[in-house]
Amino acid sequence: MNSPGSLLNRLFRFYYDGFRTMSWWGKKVWIIILIKLFVIFVILKLIFFQDFPGKKSRETGKSEYVLDQLINPK
Amino acid sequence: MIENLDLNLIDWSRAQFALTAIYHWLFVPLTLGLSFIVAIMETIYVKTGDEEWKRITRFWMTLFGINFAIGVATGIILEFEFGTNWSNYSWFVGDIFGAPLAIEGILAFFLESTFVAVMFFGWNKVSKRFHLLSSWLVAVGANLSALWILVANSWMQNPVGMVFNPETARNEMTDFWSVLFNEVAVVKFLHTISSGFLLASMFVLGISAYYLLRKREDLLAVRSIRISAIFGLLSTLVVAYTGDGSARVIAKVQPVKFAAMESLYDGTDNAGLIAVGILKESDRSIGEKKVNDFVFRIKIPGMLSVLTGGSRDTFVPGISDLVTGNPGRNILSVAEKMEKGKVARDALTDFKNSKKNNQADKAAEISGMFRDKKFIDSYFRYFGYAFLAKPEDVIPNIKASFYSFHIMVMLGFYFILVFVLALWYLFRGTLAKNRWFLWVALCSILLPYVAGELGWVLAEMGRQPWIIQDLMPLSAAVSRIGTGSVITTFILFAVLFTGLLIAEISIMIRQIKIGPKH
Repeated sequence: MNSPGSLLNRLFRFYYDGFRTMSWWGKKVWIIILIKLFVIFVILKLIFFQDFPGKKSRETGKSEYVLDQLINPK
Repeated sequence: MIENLDLNLIDWSRAQFALTAIYHWLFVPLTLGLSFIVAIMETIYVKTGDEEWKRITRFWMTLFGINFAIGVATGIILEFEFGTNWSNYSWFVGDIFGAPLAIEGILAFFLESTFVAVMFFGWNKVSKRFHLLSSWLVAVGANLSALWILVANSWMQNPVGMVFNPETARNEMTDFWSVLFNEVAVVKFLHTISSGFLLASMFVLGISAYYLLRKREDLLAVRSIRISAIFGLLSTLVVAYTGDGSARVIAKVQPVKFAAMESLYDGTDNAGLIAVGILKESDRSIGEKKVNDFVFRIKIPGMLSVLTGGSRDTFVPGISDLVTGNPGRNILSVAEKMEKGKVARDALTDFKNSKKNNQADKAAEISGMFRDKKFIDSYFRYFGYAFLAKPEDVIPNIKASFYSFHIMVMLGFYFILVFVLALWYLFRGTLAKNRWFLWVALCSILLPYVAGELGWVLAEMGRQPWIIQDLMPLSAAVSRIGTGSVITTFILFAVLFTGLLIAEISIMIRQIKIGPKH
């Protein structure tokens, strides 16, 4: 049976070799994935998509805020 | 309420969600279907040991990988939008929406993403059988992801298995199995994944046809066409069967959407099914909304009643019946539903006032009402109607619903014809000679995308004004944020997704031109 260390080593080699011998399209799509994740999680999430009722809850509490919206539609 | 709200905000928030969902759905169905086609091809390779099948599998796996990588995480933006642009909705649905999405993230996503690595890095490093198992697990994982997303969407179309808690202003799941086996979810899942299988089959068929037209990769092309035509034909038949089931469920739980699909205004028994039709506005109107009439139509007498209820005697309500009511058929008018919805909303107001005035007993009593089946069935199920300004607000865009449904159905019949012809020419050995058909197959690659998007247009536009059927209209769901920020992110998304699409198409075309490794 493999020791945990040797298993981790094999797992590392598996991914390392996989990335090292990656084809042209693999390298290209990884660049696209990284750019996309940066745009989604850094630019979009942090700047544009904040937790809207979370902001409101500082003053009132989320449930109270939404309850108010349901009862008093503006 | 609708008149008081900034319609621009609702429209831009809707447009942004639609743009994101439409682009997301350009990537997803190919992943759903191609993963299974690749797994089938690899199974043949493992069973036969034929190296040519390995080459074929690896080629289609490459195209799967490009699509998978570029499409991955595009759906997360939809979740951002729920939280920011539709925050009232997100809070109101509570864990009912969150639970399926969390299961999707934890179970299915990790299943597919773990084994995708084995699929691409594992050739010659793991055993043939383990590699094959990984390919199948990726296919199953991808489709399980779709299941949980569709369960969440189906709850919006037919909310079941929950109670509303006024204390938290959220719906709470009371029956997980009702949510999972929601009748909308079952047919929607089967219909959606089989449409993905169909799309991937047409993709494989079309690209194989391209190779035959270029007189290269003959063996790959013929073998791929054999798999894709059989898989595609079976999938299209399942799409047709589940589409019929889906229409029956819509007739039951979203009758206005069903009437809109057929542009049926006046309910009748022995109702005919419109095979083909062109609409125009008539002089008649329901409230302030103009009624559509047909410039031209081909109608199959009695068929709509038969498809809906199994016999010609089945009464199919029209939009007029559903808006103004039909006491003879026990159909409530929207005005009556608005009154019932207001009773539920007044109870909520009383609850809030009781809490404010420290009347704990009264608050507890009202809170209990929202768990009482009689109150739920009589009043709370119409909660969303309290937000409507006029009864005719429940009428969706008829032309969008009618045309999206009918074009989708016509395309379905076209796909059956293409797959049957592919099999016919293949088994007669005349596929390469019928170059016209190869061109048809190549040009048909885009059509399942059109059909799939139209399906979503029907599902989402046909249920307007509801974000949650009968419980919450869009106007109550939208966050009061600046329209400017929604417009900015709309433009950002349009640029991001268009960039991704261009990247996908250019990498794919280059890889297709290179072809499989020899």
